[in-house]
Amino acid sequence: MINGISINMYLMLSTVLFIIGAVGVMARRNTIILFMCIELMLNAVNLLLVAFSTLHADTSGQVFVFFIMAVAASEVAVGLAILSMVYRNTKSIDSELLSKLKH
Amino acid sequence: MLGYTVTQWIFGILAFLAILFALMVVFTRNPIHSVLYLVLTFFCIAGHYLLLNAQFLAVVHIAVYAGAIMVLFLFVIMLLNLNEDTEPQKTGLSKAIAVIVGGLFLLVMVGALKGADQLAINAKGHPDTGLMHRLGQVLFHEYLFPFEIVSVLLLSALVGAIMIGKKDTEEQTDTVK
Repeated sequence: MINGISINMYLMLSTVLFIIGAVGVMARRNTIILFMCIELMLNAVNLLLVAFSTLHADTSGQVFVFFIMAVAASEVAVGLAILSMVYRNTKSIDSELLSKLKH
Repeated sequence: MLGYTVTQWIFGILAFLAILFALMVVFTRNPIHSVLYLVLTFFCIAGHYLLLNAQFLAVVHIAVYAGAIMVLFLFVIMLLNLNEDTEPQKTGLSKAIAVIVGGLFLLVMVGALKGADQLAINAKGHPDTGLMHRLGQVLFHEYLFPFEIVSVLLLSALVGAIMIGKKDTEEQTDTVK
């Protein structure tokens, strides 16, 4: 229990947020929205890390959240640069057009 | 109030809003609205951090995500001039499959995570877990090397983004020669 809230509640909330992100990645074709759904999944995991860090009164979990934020920031910077280059070449950000590696 | 404490009410409202806004991110057609709903979701998650006594992370979360990352998303969407008309749509079948797969995944996770309350808690921790003082001490004592690696990662991401993003006019002239 954290402040009267069961850890199960945080587990359920994080799971639901993660799955909404996963469904978004599967259901959308706009590559920028896919990136945003990945951010949502990262945040669901971050929330659970902080919840367990507070539950166990151990700061390491929050330090890991800190690192995940830094990695997410650099991932978004590089990813959006790649996307803007893709848009410059194909005039579209449709993920179905980026299937040349499939064959 | 109905047998719940104020903290539990705040948790419930924040959780409901976070899930609602997250659903709106996925199911809104206009990309700019998606970004704005994601910012709202991040504010709800920052509220959860405050509820968990992680004040420093709550502030950093708002500054980094709502302040930097989402502004970058908004900037790129406006730069590429995306709106509802240019939005590519999947077929109804693949959307339905995605929702079914998500639902099954939820079922598996709920089944697997049931009863996590009974796990033992190792209570050797420090009381002021989420405060800046304690976080800084742990970060710069136990995790000093990863911290430096992260700074190198951010620098290389910065350089990489610029290298990818710049127009390669010199290479084109090279190939012409």
